[in-house]
Amino acid sequence: MRHFSYQRAASVEDAVRAGPGAAFLAGGTSLVDLMKLEVLNPSRLVDVSRLDLRGIEARPDGLRIGACATNSEVAAHPEVKRRFPVLSEALLSGASPQLRNVATVAGNLMQRTRCAYYRDLATACNKREPGSGCAALEGWTRMHAILGGSERCIALHPSDMCVAMAALQAVIHVRGPNGDRDIPFGDFHLLPGDHPEREFALEPGELVLSVFIPFSAAGMRSRYVKVRDRASYAFALASCAAGLEIASGKIRAAQLALGGVGTKPWRVPEAEQALQGQSPERVAFQRAAEIAVRGAQTRRDNAFKMELARRTAVRALTLAAEGA
Amino acid sequence: MPPNPGRRDVLVGGIASAIGLGLLDGCATVPTAPAAAAPSDLVDLSLEVNGQRRALRIDPRTTLLDLLRENLGLTGAKKGCDMGQCGACTVLVDGQRIDSCLALALQVEGRKVTTIEGLARGEELHPMQAAFIEEDAFQCGYCTPGQILSAVALLAEGVADSDGAIREGMSGNICRCGAYPNICAAVRRLRGRG
Ligand SMILES: Cc1cc2nc3c(=O)[nH]c(=O)nc-3n(C[C@H](O)[C@H](O)[C@H](O)COP(=O)(O)OP(=O)(O)OC[C@H]3O[C@@H](n4cnc5c(N)ncnc54)[C@H](O)[C@@H]3O)c2cc1C
Ligand code: FES
Ligand code: FES
Repeated sequence: MRHFSYQRAASVEDAVRAGPGAAFLAGGTSLVDLMKLEVLNPSRLVDVSRLDLRGIEARPDGLRIGACATNSEVAAHPEVKRRFPVLSEALLSGASPQLRNVATVAGNLMQRTRCAYYRDLATACNKREPGSGCAALEGWTRMHAILGGSERCIALHPSDMCVAMAALQAVIHVRGPNGDRDIPFGDFHLLPGDHPEREFALEPGELVLSVFIPFSAAGMRSRYVKVRDRASYAFALASCAAGLEIASGKIRAAQLALGGVGTKPWRVPEAEQALQGQSPERVAFQRAAEIAVRGAQTRRDNAFKMELARRTAVRALTLAAEGA
Repeated sequence: MPPNPGRRDVLVGGIASAIGLGLLDGCATVPTAPAAAAPSDLVDLSLEVNGQRRALRIDPRTTLLDLLRENLGLTGAKKGCDMGQCGACTVLVDGQRIDSCLALALQVEGRKVTTIEGLARGEELHPMQAAFIEEDAFQCGYCTPGQILSAVALLAEGVADSDGAIREGMSGNICRCGAYPNICAAVRRLRGRG
């Protein structure tokens, strides 16, 4: 690990002031890991984990979750479980109890890819070192994205929480040197395109303060399905967050996002629209799943993800239709 | 050394120098942040470990796991992977289980840390330690301190209400020897005993 200076932020203002040029440290489960590997080398750390940003608060129209609430706290919160079962399930399917006890909401939003080439200084990676190439393109791609990649990067977005939040159409509230602003969830993570090193729509020094999730009928009838190489404590090969609002035997509104397949959390509005007005049955789910993986580009080791993602989506929609 | 050293001499020499370098523990136990910081870069840290207040000057790069093992000589917490992937380094911080290899020691300033060394009351084993012995819940023992602390936390979390829930609740602790059935039995034995 390289040398760095460490400072514990005394207040949000303190953190924002210290922000530009520094890295915020929350639980450390992504950042410290990558600092040990010397993939990320911040010279200044500003610890924000003790700021008063941990509350989970019900508003008239939604739930506001503090950036520093831990993954365990959010998953266990009664309002989260009642309003957004998909979010609780997604969180509990991620990492391990030990990691979830320290991992925070903002840290999970900004966790880095688990691409083996990104994590290995001896290989080419445009995300880690712009212009150096992408070893994954011709490499071992079992854990790489089939949606949203570019000829510069096909690194998978690894988060489960983010898949649920994408489906629920959360909004991220941030504060920076130029004040406060809201970022719709779908705009927060950037596609790799020509600049895989740019990962988030954050300006230098901007601190995530909270995530707002609007209440919805579909959110209350939502499920998360994750398929992985072992029963627990593994990243997704494919996952799906699905929510359905059903009235008089028809789908009134749908929420659908895929994980384990995209370079960012993969919400598919076209698939959601295709479900509207349909009977909550297998044919409709299969059609939505088909739309959800449209445009996928598979490689040697991940062609299986196409069918796996479709089946995972059908399964999540089926469970959502059945209700909690 | 003879002019044509035999294989055995080379091996012995190799092992001896490995001991000299402190590498025999396995490469994974090499501290992540070697004590190479200039004295001016050291920072103060105070925390409570197993009921005792400790005040130290440390390299800011020190992880909690290295602090326990290298600075405090508490080698119960093990370094299996050093990347959050095995749970051998599990300790309790303010009663909650965490992987100490992914926490900077500075992050736990002022907190109460419990390691396997702090679990027994004098000569009397913690009930979970006793349950692991009764159920023969280990083979080589490398994962065991982490398993036991994780199990203690799991019961405190109150979610181990079925065998499936025990397996899921213990899934953050990998056991290469595959002692899982007996580990689950040890947790089951204490479940519901308050
Ligand atoms: C072995 C292992 C297995 C895992 N398995 C899974 C899994 O199955 N599913 C899954 O979803 N995740 C998994 N994870 C990832 C885990 O969820 C993340 O590491 C964790 O959520 C990161 O949160 P943190 O608080 O520790 O973040 P940190 O490591 O502290 O920070 C991560 C990033 O967020 C930035 N940041 C933190 N807080 C703020 C803020 N308030 N404002 C702006 N920037 C901020 C930091 O600067 C850093 O860039 C796994 C991790 C490990 C190590
Ligand atoms: S050593 Fe910490 S999880 Fe493996
Ligand atoms: S007892 Fe050997 S690793 Fe678990």
